[in-house]
Amino acid sequence: MADDIYVLIEHLQGNVTEMSYILLAAGRELAGGTHGELVGLLLGHNVNGLASNIAVNRILMIDHPALAEYTPDAYARAIETLLEQRAPRVVLLGETSIGADVAGGLSARLDIPHISLCRSLRVENDKLHFTSQICGGKILADGELPGPTCLVTLVPGAYKAEAGQGTSAPPIEAVKAPALDGLRVSLQGYLEPNTGDVDITREPILIAVGRGLQQEMNLELTQEIAEVLGGELCASRPVVDQGWLSTSRLVGKSGKHVKPKLYLALGISGAPEHTEGIGDPELFLAINTDSQAPIFEVAHYGAAVDLLDLVPVLTEKIKQVKGG
Amino acid sequence: MIERINFWGIPEFWHYVAYVLPMVAAFYMLWRIYRHLSIWWKIGRSENRWDHILQRTWRLIKHGIIQLKVLRQTYPGVMHAAIAWSFFVFFLGTALATIDADFYQFLRSDIYLVFKFVLDIFTITALVGLALAAFRRYIRKPPRLTLSAPFGYALLILFLIVFSGLLTESLRLAAIAQDPGLQPGWEPALAWWTPAGWISAQFWLAFDLVPASLMRTHLGIWIFHMGLVSALFIMLPSSTLAHIITSPANIFFSKLDQPRGKLSPAVNLDAGLVGAATLRDFTWKQLMDGEACTECGRCQDVCPAFTAGQQLSPKELILAISEGLAAQAPTLLASNDHGSETPIFTGEVIKEATLWACTTCGACVEECPVMIEHIDVIVDMRCHLIDQARIDGQLQMALDSLGRYGNSFGQSDRMRAKWTQGIEPKIKDARREPVEYLWFVGDYASYHGSITEITRKTAEVFRIAGLDFGILYEAERHSGNDVRRVGEEGLFEILVEDNTAAMKGCQYQAIVTTDPHTLNTLKHEYPPEINHAHPILHYTELIDDLITSGKICFSKQLDYTVTYHDPCYLGRYNGIYEIPRRILEATGCKLVELPRNRKCALCCGAGGGRIWMEEDEIMERPSEARILEAIQLHGVQVFAVACPKDITMYKDAVKTTGYENRLEVKDIIELVHEAL
Amino acid sequence: MDIAVLLKLVPDLVEELEVDSTGKSLDTTFMRRIINEPDEHALEQALLIKEGSGGSVSVIGLDVADMDDVLFTAAAKGADRQIKLTGEFEHEPNNHDLARLFVSVLKGNPPDLILTGVQAHNDLDGAVGPLVAEYLGLPYVGYIAGVSVENGGITVFKEYTGGLVGELHVSLPAVLGIQSAEKPPRYVAVSKVRQAMKTTSLDERAALELDLSEAAAIERMFVPENGERAKMLEGDVEQVADQIVGLLKNTGVL
Repeated sequence: MADDIYVLIEHLQGNVTEMSYILLAAGRELAGGTHGELVGLLLGHNVNGLASNIAVNRILMIDHPALAEYTPDAYARAIETLLEQRAPRVVLLGETSIGADVAGGLSARLDIPHISLCRSLRVENDKLHFTSQICGGKILADGELPGPTCLVTLVPGAYKAEAGQGTSAPPIEAVKAPALDGLRVSLQGYLEPNTGDVDITREPILIAVGRGLQQEMNLELTQEIAEVLGGELCASRPVVDQGWLSTSRLVGKSGKHVKPKLYLALGISGAPEHTEGIGDPELFLAINTDSQAPIFEVAHYGAAVDLLDLVPVLTEKIKQVKGG
Repeated sequence: MIERINFWGIPEFWHYVAYVLPMVAAFYMLWRIYRHLSIWWKIGRSENRWDHILQRTWRLIKHGIIQLKVLRQTYPGVMHAAIAWSFFVFFLGTALATIDADFYQFLRSDIYLVFKFVLDIFTITALVGLALAAFRRYIRKPPRLTLSAPFGYALLILFLIVFSGLLTESLRLAAIAQDPGLQPGWEPALAWWTPAGWISAQFWLAFDLVPASLMRTHLGIWIFHMGLVSALFIMLPSSTLAHIITSPANIFFSKLDQPRGKLSPAVNLDAGLVGAATLRDFTWKQLMDGEACTECGRCQDVCPAFTAGQQLSPKELILAISEGLAAQAPTLLASNDHGSETPIFTGEVIKEATLWACTTCGACVEECPVMIEHIDVIVDMRCHLIDQARIDGQLQMALDSLGRYGNSFGQSDRMRAKWTQGIEPKIKDARREPVEYLWFVGDYASYHGSITEITRKTAEVFRIAGLDFGILYEAERHSGNDVRRVGEEGLFEILVEDNTAAMKGCQYQAIVTTDPHTLNTLKHEYPPEINHAHPILHYTELIDDLITSGKICFSKQLDYTVTYHDPCYLGRYNGIYEIPRRILEATGCKLVELPRNRKCALCCGAGGGRIWMEEDEIMERPSEARILEAIQLHGVQVFAVACPKDITMYKDAVKTTGYENRLEVKDIIELVHEAL
Repeated sequence: MDIAVLLKLVPDLVEELEVDSTGKSLDTTFMRRIINEPDEHALEQALLIKEGSGGSVSVIGLDVADMDDVLFTAAAKGADRQIKLTGEFEHEPNNHDLARLFVSVLKGNPPDLILTGVQAHNDLDGAVGPLVAEYLGLPYVGYIAGVSVENGGITVFKEYTGGLVGELHVSLPAVLGIQSAEKPPRYVAVSKVRQAMKTTSLDERAALELDLSEAAAIERMFVPENGERAKMLEGDVEQVADQIVGLLKNTGVL
């Protein structure tokens, strides 16, 4: 049990999140090294169906009406006793709106260490190591995972969701839920995301714009290249916060996860909050004046030039190619 | 010998009326004016505008009496001068007549004839002026005019005064023509000394009236004429003709360094003053501005923001102050004693969008015939908006960055000299070794992608000319010119402190900069230890010197046809018009002037912090209008500028207008570099 | 409603970051610190709540370089109390210790609501918010992008991946991790900050003595190597554009 890797399966509105599979992929690698089991923690109410393609050795399921949808209070209390009793080596959670909420509280409540912003995990000489990505991806920090139990919140990037998907339903062990009365947080409902005029998650060609745009009027330039390429514009947080593009075009942690064929990042520095929303494009090009920008850590090709200089020239050249 | 007869044909009773009535009316007028004027200093903040009396008087003569600025535009200029000068002459004539009658008789013989002739000619002039005005107001109707009825009433009363004056003269002449005994020394040959009067007299003579009835009519119209003049005095302070008083006063009290660019925004933390929020925060002179406006609309015609379709008309803005004052004055005066709440003016009566639209280009100030100071009051009001954090997101980003890193680009101050990388030998660090020229590079030239190329060329030209120069490296901060003009006075002060501290530690003979905005604030707004100790030059001034002294020799003559855009802060603000043109010609370029050049140059739209703000819905960007202006010029290949911001503005504009292939935007230094 | 806002400074990413000689932490010699961006949103949210439904806002920060400016800026924006925790912070405490320090101030006189940024870019041991909540025995909800106050509690808007927003009711007192305030953080004029420096006094409290020497789990800190980087296209804009067109052709986009 002390070598087991637990993964908190996140689900919202009856769907397992993509992050859960990424966690499972990471957990699978880790469990391979510790020779322990990979165990999924599934909290919910009548959620057996969600387990169908979860690639774990087994699932610990806590079923309770109060767990039907995620709330931080109920989740933490439901997991607390279980972790204390079973003391796995690692509990993997997403660095997400669910995982980060839960992990922090558990760390304080159970007095177990928590490693956050973790990018990758590995086993070396029977020891577990983590690499966290801090300062917007500009710095990496390595260390050994403290024990005996450690909470880890993972950012996407190093693992592929496909590796966390199984073909058959794993065995499920039902764990009795603790009393969940007197909860202080309750879900009133969901506000559906504004899908807006365009669904960027389905677009094969995305032109992403960031702070480097400088001015709203410069959107015209990028709009034009998007049109010439037959793609759509999407954006990082600053552009959306400024109201230059609608939230429906936000890529990243609190925005959309996109899977384009071409991702052309213009003036985006490449903070993990943004890049984690970009799923493996076939061609990932980044343009940013700062040659040290973290976007160049994830892009395939980069150029340290001003987007405002490049885009008009590039648009012209693409037009020529298309025209000829 | 002919001489002036006092009160010709007027019974004695009316003599007394003629003294008493207009005089009472005039005193009533003066009392009303005083009462009205006192509102300005009762409500407005104090400000000393009584210095340099001689200079002010000279300005009053030039612009208040001769009206040089009014005359810059032919039709309205001639029209206004015709009316105004005529009335000056009428006033003078009446004064001379009074002297002649009561103090020293001198209007006799030839002097009298010339006196009559001049008055007669100006009667015609006034009538022509009034006719031009009526034609313009009722037939032509230029959009910049306020076409409201009171202007018509003013024209009507002026016409009636002049016309009734002409009628009395013609009746007098008709009577004398029939009975020369009515004027001793009269002979028919003298009639043509009053041509208008004599021609009009022919009308009466055609009716064959007896002198007695002519004189009765003469008396009636004379009384009417005098009554009208008195009525004019009485109504003047509250009519559109009040500008006869307020405009010259405004000219007299106008800023003496105008149009040079020194602002002293309404910020005094110790006095609890943070920008102009209420009319109490306006200076008395700013309140006067509002009432000096003649609504001629010239400012509106030249305003880049108004032309672009933004919510700013300098005329409406200034008028809003006077309307606001009229509406609020009773409350404000009543609350003077018990300091109760003063209604907020800025952002309420004058909208935020209006205030943010201004580029501070100074065209309105340059154009205003009565020397209203639009920009000062706009910046004062912006200070209030900044204090209330009523700014758009983009400006906030720029100001945050300026506060943190000293530049608007959100880049580290340590990257300021990144453009020097690869330049060998390294550009001198003015903080470490003495230099002859301290080059204040400026934000855009230091950080903006495509402009740093030009900056490097500037360095190369300096080097080839054998100049001993250095820069402040990361110690330089944004000069603050436009920070002050967006109303962030606190930040401006910090930038000035930082830059002054950095420059104080350097040894140099002169400061040079490529940025006219930087030039302006260093020259006019920095502490004396900076701008009194050493000359502050725009690079064009320096290059011009280097060409003259033979330190720059061109190896080839460029055969481009170029046009040149006068940057606002170089031209209007600092009067540098000919030097850049001289350099262009020295490089061999053929210069074709834009229709709006020198003092009349249209702003690119970037100044006053506009370059940091979000763009409103507009009809046409000023920069695009300017490019289209250049495209109209035959054969122009290069659009030459002398300001880094112009480079970005116009490079964008040639792209958006689609003339990228026909017109190249170049800084003068690039042409110099090319010709070396 | 009485609101406390917990503020933390983080390295300014505009600057190049370097690792110090120990190889285990950032070189702080030339480091510029700025307020953690989500914390700035937390402060804004607190001010918005105060403006909407009354109460007071206290800001709490650790006595490290530049914190005074941040506290005065908060005062200039409208915070009522500025609490500075003084002590020896040669090594900046990790978030667990930082949370304990905050708790030592909050315990005596607990506010109705505690707001802090949902995370900081240098969090290595989780965010401060949930730790503070747990130490105080209060509920915590993070990733908040909006708060509305009603009788006996608050409704918060929690952001999930993909733009989904949950509407949750939270009973007070509580701790919230703010992702973004309802409005972007307000601008504050420099003159106001300068004024605040003159007129505001910081409430200095000696921090709880903690053993901060406890070895962090970090063994090595480093700047990502170039090996993992994108292939950089060299040349001027023309050349870069040509190369990009080539790449687009190869991928079949063109």
